[in-house]
Amino acid sequence: MFTTVAIILDGFGFAAWLFLSSVGLTLIYGVMRILNISHGGFYALGAYSAAWAIGLYTQTGNTIALTYLIIPVAAIVVGILTGLLVERGLLRFMYGHEEVLMVLVTYAVFLILEDVTKLIWGTESYVAYQPAFWLGTVDVAGIPYTIYKFLIIGIAVAVGAGLYWGLNHTRVGKLLLVVIHDREVSAALGINVTLFFTVTFVIGTTLGALGGALTAPEISVVPGIGAEVIVMAFAVIVIGGMGSIGGAMIGAVIVGFARAMSVHLYPPVEMFSIYLVMAVVLAVRPYGLFALAEGRKI
Amino acid sequence: MSVILETVGLEKSFDAVVAAHNINIRIHAGEVVGVIGSNGAGKTTFVNMVTGYLTPTAGQILFHREDIAGMPTREITKMGICRSFQIPQLFPELTVLDNVLIALTIARRGKRGWLRPAIDAGLTQDAMDLLARFHIEEHAHKLTTTLAQGVRKLVDIAMATVAQPRLLFLDEPTSGVSAEEKMSFMATLIDALKATDTSVLFIEHDMELIEAFAPRCIAFYEGTILADAPTSQVLENDKVREFVIGAEFHRSADDDAQNDMQKGA
Amino acid sequence: MKDFDKTEWALVIAFPVLLALMVLLPRWLVNYVQISMGMGLVALAVMIQMRAGLVSFGQGLYFCVGGYAAGMADKFLGISDIFLILILAVAASLVLSGVLGLLLRRYREIFFAMLTLAVSMILFSLLSSSHGLGSTDGFNLPQASYLGWTPTGETGTAALYVLTALLTLTSAALIHRFLRGPVGKIVEAIRENELRVEYLGTSAHASVHATYMIAAVISSIGGVLWAMSLGHVTPEMANWTTSGQFVFIVILAGTGNVIAPLVGTFVLEVLRVYAVEVSPNTWQMILGIVMLLTIVFLPKGLWSLLERASKRSLPHEHAQEQSQ
Repeated sequence: MFTTVAIILDGFGFAAWLFLSSVGLTLIYGVMRILNISHGGFYALGAYSAAWAIGLYTQTGNTIALTYLIIPVAAIVVGILTGLLVERGLLRFMYGHEEVLMVLVTYAVFLILEDVTKLIWGTESYVAYQPAFWLGTVDVAGIPYTIYKFLIIGIAVAVGAGLYWGLNHTRVGKLLLVVIHDREVSAALGINVTLFFTVTFVIGTTLGALGGALTAPEISVVPGIGAEVIVMAFAVIVIGGMGSIGGAMIGAVIVGFARAMSVHLYPPVEMFSIYLVMAVVLAVRPYGLFALAEGRKI
Repeated sequence: MSVILETVGLEKSFDAVVAAHNINIRIHAGEVVGVIGSNGAGKTTFVNMVTGYLTPTAGQILFHREDIAGMPTREITKMGICRSFQIPQLFPELTVLDNVLIALTIARRGKRGWLRPAIDAGLTQDAMDLLARFHIEEHAHKLTTTLAQGVRKLVDIAMATVAQPRLLFLDEPTSGVSAEEKMSFMATLIDALKATDTSVLFIEHDMELIEAFAPRCIAFYEGTILADAPTSQVLENDKVREFVIGAEFHRSADDDAQNDMQKGA
Repeated sequence: MKDFDKTEWALVIAFPVLLALMVLLPRWLVNYVQISMGMGLVALAVMIQMRAGLVSFGQGLYFCVGGYAAGMADKFLGISDIFLILILAVAASLVLSGVLGLLLRRYREIFFAMLTLAVSMILFSLLSSSHGLGSTDGFNLPQASYLGWTPTGETGTAALYVLTALLTLTSAALIHRFLRGPVGKIVEAIRENELRVEYLGTSAHASVHATYMIAAVISSIGGVLWAMSLGHVTPEMANWTTSGQFVFIVILAGTGNVIAPLVGTFVLEVLRVYAVEVSPNTWQMILGIVMLLTIVFLPKGLWSLLERASKRSLPHEHAQEQSQ
């Protein structure tokens, strides 16, 4: 009973974190057909900037409450600045190339971002526990659970719902769905595809940075977190079918629970379980659990 | 003449859409057959099934009396059924010669060890001979992406013949070839193939070419066979005139408009 | 030997040259030559898959299999004979790649990249949490022995160097032959148009599978040689960031010739030594920028520069160069 509750709580906790960290990746792939390895770099930038800003702010001794504002602001600033720079300064010149080449291009960007992070913040670790600590814990069936985790679950649900609503119930979102469906037709219809790409990329990177920024209070921010998160994000979006927001949500829950179960039942296989799920899904349904079949080519 | 290919009650459906229904065709050794029908009539679906790209929903495909339905493409190729494509399927970043060399390498690979160089002077000579038979030897060292559509079509067809097929399908061999050149293009082609004693089945929208090169003609309409008889009879058939040739007339007008647009661009 | 081409002669001549370098160069540099031969074999493995248009973001898997096979042979079986170790490593990689290949041969483009990455990360995570194998710290390897002879000190280093050079050059020559041979040509054709390959009467899957297994074998040989000369293995060998470096080398060096990734690895290793000394926090940034510049301005890698230069000086060999 005790373990079951713990698995459920942690499962949703992991799932929320995974969803926030990977939804930007799936969005960018869906619209732009770019499997963006540099997403891990944006995640790290978000985590570092939030941890650093929170650290600076808390030294002033002012109320902790304002740190909850710092997190999204840091993510948005980082996401917009670097997202615009990477998309306008580099990626837009590469559109139309093979998907695999774009993977290599974003891998190069990832390497660059890794060192940008080190150059700005050095290699020591940053800890910004205050926002998570300040909210305290709550007792769930005898298990203390940090309220901050509930906050993250709430944000994940809100982001998912917001994206769903934005795509299906706003004019811009509907146009974006047209772009996803057929790039050439939408250009012919007079839709400004270039603008959609830029906006999508910036939203995607901002979401990546937000994933990092929200995680910062729960971890110690060190070099290498970007490389770790990108592989997990791959697993999440592959399971649900790349490019699908709903798929990312389900992928996050599956991976989150796989991890929570191994953590509570047999800790040594924690990471193993995630990659195993990914490999098995890829092996059985390479285009994801919910993807459609492709049409005839000749 | 002996029957080399016979399809019996061939069916193909994609979910609710029936792409081929009750296709019964016999092809004899050394025969040249024209296939007509508007787009979506099931011509390419038929070729795709016989060459193993699609698995029929029902029915038999007998090649030399052996049922080959559902066999993989590569096995069917080895047995002696090859095809060309409406859109040429080449190795785009290689030269014409390299395209043919790879085709010959694959056709003859059984005789070579893994660590023996695949390409030698003898193979290169054979490749040049093949190109010469299709009168495209002067393009040997050009990249295929730089070629005119008609030449690309010939390279595609030349590659389809390296496995020395007993039966060859040509999927719209003259599409993309200009109206003035179609007749001589087809003459070159049929001439090159005559030397190999291969049965040829070609899909064509131009009735003049059908009349000139195919003694027998099969008309497809909405996944079924509308007529299968000597060409002159098929082209006089009322149903064929109404459903196929009438549609072709409009289509070729569309094509001309499209060609003009491409020339303008 | 009369049918050797330029590349094969270059590899033959490279052997005495490498031996001379061992004597002439300072100790630390010889070390880098040796280490980059081991890694170069893995880069070569990435290269032959890239010939088929397949980017492996998990070649570290077999690099690691080789390294751990060497370590575990000693740890659990008490075997330190390098030839036995090599046989074990090759057998392990053959079995693993034979099974995984059944699955991977069906995948192309980003799906191949992601699935190779995933299976490599499975090994990485398993080893990282295996206490018996030192978890993330890994463990040390013994001094290599050669059919009962266990040289130590300078002699030991020299013996391993000679063996490494011999195996690397032989592997490269065989790979070169393979690429020129029928399967190598088919693999090249698969990158261009897989449908046509099937319609020409051969199995694209079988050729991809064969290439994948060959890549696995030479990667594991590279892993053994690298680990034995370093004397240590860690799970990092299977991490995707390690595999990414091999991809980087091939992008930079190009897929034009088997010598390119070998030389590329060495140059990169030496540059790394300097870069890490001078400015440790900008090394990856330099790699990233160089990679972007290569992709944009030299899509066929540095080797294409050499090819262009040699074509200019020898125009009559043009056609022959192209068919190789």
